Amino acid sequence: MSKEKIQICEDLADVMPPEYQELVATATYGNQDRGWKDIGSSKELIEQHSLCAGCPESIAFRYILASLPAPEDTVFVGSTGCTSLVFPHVAVHNIHSLFGNQNAIASGLKRTLKSRFPDVEKDVVVLAGDGATVDIGLDMTMQSWFRLEKFTTICFDNELYANTGGQESGLMQKGFVAKMAPKGKNFEKVRLAEIAREAGCAYVAVLTVSKPNRVEQAIKNAIYVAREVGPSFVQLYTPCILEIGKQSMEGLDEMKDSETIGGRFVQKEYITDEAQKLLDSIKEETKARKKAAKEAKKSVNA
Amino acid sequence: MNKQVELKNKRIIASKHVKLGQKNRMDQTYTDINDIFFKAEQTPNFLTGSEVIREAIKRCSVGTSVAYPITPQSEAAALIGEIYAEGYLDEYFRGESEFAVMGQCAGAAFGGHRVFTTTAGPGTLRAMENFPMWAGARLPIQVCVTCRGVNSPLSIQPDTLEMYYLLETGMLVWHAETAQDLFDFIMKGFIVAEQPDVHVPIAVCCDGFFVTHTKDTVDLPPLDLTLTPYDPYQNPQPVMDMETSPIRMMRDPFVMKSNYISYATHASWQQEIKAAVERSRKHTIPLLDGLIDEYNADRELLIVASGTAVSQSREAIRLLEEEGIKVGLVKIKTIRPFPTEEIRRVTKHAKHIFVPEFNVVGWLAREIKAIIPDNERVYVGPHVCGGMTMPSEVIVEQIKIQLGMETTPLRM
Repeated sequence: MSKEKIQICEDLADVMPPEYQELVATATYGNQDRGWKDIGSSKELIEQHSLCAGCPESIAFRYILASLPAPEDTVFVGSTGCTSLVFPHVAVHNIHSLFGNQNAIASGLKRTLKSRFPDVEKDVVVLAGDGATVDIGLDMTMQSWFRLEKFTTICFDNELYANTGGQESGLMQKGFVAKMAPKGKNFEKVRLAEIAREAGCAYVAVLTVSKPNRVEQAIKNAIYVAREVGPSFVQLYTPCILEIGKQSMEGLDEMKDSETIGGRFVQKEYITDEAQKLLDSIKEETKARKKAAKEAKKSVNA
Repeated sequence: MNKQVELKNKRIIASKHVKLGQKNRMDQTYTDINDIFFKAEQTPNFLTGSEVIREAIKRCSVGTSVAYPITPQSEAAALIGEIYAEGYLDEYFRGESEFAVMGQCAGAAFGGHRVFTTTAGPGTLRAMENFPMWAGARLPIQVCVTCRGVNSPLSIQPDTLEMYYLLETGMLVWHAETAQDLFDFIMKGFIVAEQPDVHVPIAVCCDGFFVTHTKDTVDLPPLDLTLTPYDPYQNPQPVMDMETSPIRMMRDPFVMKSNYISYATHASWQQEIKAAVERSRKHTIPLLDGLIDEYNADRELLIVASGTAVSQSREAIRLLEEEGIKVGLVKIKTIRPFPTEEIRRVTKHAKHIFVPEFNVVGWLAREIKAIIPDNERVYVGPHVCGGMTMPSEVIVEQIKIQLGMETTPLRM
């Protein structure tokens, strides 16, 4: 879709909701260098959300939506959970169908969009919680990687089933006492990043959402790699402050603690040589483009 | 309830697709369904049911098909792979389970493709969560169900019990008697399911093995004609391709909200799906020449059946006729929508109504009992299950027993 498609017909302009008018006027659609720094100054693709106050997932949503290289041609696939409460507010097409089948939906969707729009790159991005990605949906998550389906999978890892009230999940850390694990979880946190690497993902990143620039880079890398090379996977720690007994303002500290040396979410990436080559070339291109833009601005000013 | 529709000269609304009359990469001409079935010359071919599925899909301009092996649909699913390799479809692959396959089909339909898949028995039940989701999301996917037992111990034999589970999913459910029906229903099913005022999924069911693995003569339209493509922008819901404005759908998601507007939204949506299934009648009646077929239906003894139970009944009626017992026959083609008014009309004068079925519960008899007056007239059976055949003699015997006539014990 081009930005023109969201324009408002003049006769109806006065009855369109203000959010939509803003979307047309100040959204960053079509700007390939859009990023987290646009948050607050440009129209965001999400305004309100219905998550708990201080939920790190809400800020993760903002960073991700701000980092999409081409929101005007991106379709999200979600799953059941806290994320499914947010998607109805998002100004990008998104699908919720069932719990756990998100990577199956994305497989069919990506192939169809490729076939219907052979000349346009339509990005498909899966965004689901850890229960959907690892427990009920692991089969379909992994099979899509085996098949080398070209889309990005993002997992909001809060290490439990948050939306249903804090039950044990496969990504929960060992020993944690939760509902349905009354004596503490008795097996290790599933090593999903390594599973992703072995299953065929060309780009894998694990990090928290404490630092927006890192999130932006990981999301952009993942989407670029999915376009050209193969499946990509980003695992983001978005702690459920409610279920781990923290206050609204403590989410950031929780993430920072978990990413320090020895923590569960020390940032790591697995990148195939082919994917690295692609990312390097994109980096060069971006640098050159930004430099050229700067020069052009200078000359205009001069 | 549904009103009677005068069939004379009725045709489904002709396609206005921009590609009408153009050629596809297989050199087939995109053609309106009315012209394919009612104008083009039909040529007899001697084919298995699985081959008939392949022949239908060759002429359906299908975008995506996802396959998974399960007897007795595996051959058909593999044959579709072969025509994909020849270039008839845009996408085809093997999924990892029926649950995943139906999700992959949904993804393709959300993205705007015409989608076809096949399944059977345990596969249908494994996929079950997807079917009401397809209907709720208004995805006009077609699944061909080649009915097979769903019981334990393991069985691969024909049995129509699985259709009973499909009845309240919000899908159209059609039941083919013969290979010819199967061919016609697959092609016509896409067109009915994709009408903007219908736009729900369709299950075209046939009895496994009896239809899929036997050879029959089937009249086929020429291979150089194919259905006009699916137009995703006729969808009453936005297509998930970011080609239309990405408005925020709502301020508050309806899931988990305990308030009236949330309940009302869900309630009205469920009713809308049911209404969409009802609205399919007006498109189905001209294409299938009615939701039922009737033969001497004014008789006092009447058999009402669907699927291959109809074929067995035809022979039973011939045998009874030899003994001077005259029995009428009603063949039900669409189980959803159910031909309520039609059944009420044709059973008006019947004193005994027999409903032979290939399943243990006798669900078709229940459906009929629920809608006609004086339903003690309905005899639930004979029904066989577990893959048993239903010899015509069994139907003859049951009718005689019910009428208090003497019978000679059957030797099987």
